[in-house]
Amino acid sequence: MNNLKKRSFSLVFTILSIFLIVPACWAQNSTPEMATLFRSNGKIYVVVLVLATIFAGLFIFLIYLDKKIKNLENK
Amino acid sequence: MRLRWWKLLSIVLVFYTLYFGLMGEVPSKDILNETIRNLYYHVPMWFCMILLFTYAFVYAIRYLSSNNIQYDLKSAAFNKVGIVFSVLGMITGMEWATYTWGEPWSNDPKQLGTALCMLIYFAYLVLRNGIKDDEKRAKISAVYTIFAFSLMIPLIFVLPRMVDSLHPGNGGNPGFNAYDLDNRMRMIFYPAVIGWFLLGKWISELKYRTDLIDYKKLYHE
Repeated sequence: MNNLKKRSFSLVFTILSIFLIVPACWAQNSTPEMATLFRSNGKIYVVVLVLATIFAGLFIFLIYLDKKIKNLENK
Repeated sequence: MRLRWWKLLSIVLVFYTLYFGLMGEVPSKDILNETIRNLYYHVPMWFCMILLFTYAFVYAIRYLSSNNIQYDLKSAAFNKVGIVFSVLGMITGMEWATYTWGEPWSNDPKQLGTALCMLIYFAYLVLRNGIKDDEKRAKISAVYTIFAFSLMIPLIFVLPRMVDSLHPGNGGNPGFNAYDLDNRMRMIFYPAVIGWFLLGKWISELKYRTDLIDYKKLYHE
């Protein structure tokens, strides 16, 4: 159990560091403009971010409702 | 099972919004650039919230005049899903603001007004969870819903319009309706509002049906 906890912790840490380090490497090759990804191509990625947020929120609510229905079924 | 017509309509309209909202032509603006397309996704969240809260308000009144517990459960379901949409509206608005206004939170009067409104509705959740007796809970939350809804109107529609704001349509700023929102965008914006609202109503109905089964199991077995 403890081993599993340790392993999952290190996995999360690895994934997080990849997400943090890789964009930092990209940034070194680009112009001084900040936050290039979200300001590129007419800021279209902001729209992508907004849509992703909406769907993430709706799915989180669906998961909550699903859990509730499962509880009812088991009663 | 056959889907009701308005559920089908919601599927069609949300897909219409997704496709034409991303592929359609939009006016070119400085600073806004392509993020003007967020009008089809961020703004309908608030319209949906307001309409769901209106439904909750109507059912709260119907509960008080009839004492039928089903109306109370309906009112609560609409309020809860309305809160989900308000949270989505707030987060998407802050994301949009980061890349146009320069920071996620700029103490804009409309941001402050909606934040207050959200706090009032969060208190509704706490209040409702805190009362165990079902009739007392129904009565108090119906009265609170009426109170919260009547506060939402000035907080969202009146106060932000009386001071300067970054939002279009407030203070000295022209609304999207004045001349920014051209006919091409209108053809997508209005169906977007209807589509997202029907989706919200659908989700609330599922929540209500779940809660009704839960209620029947708790009190009648």
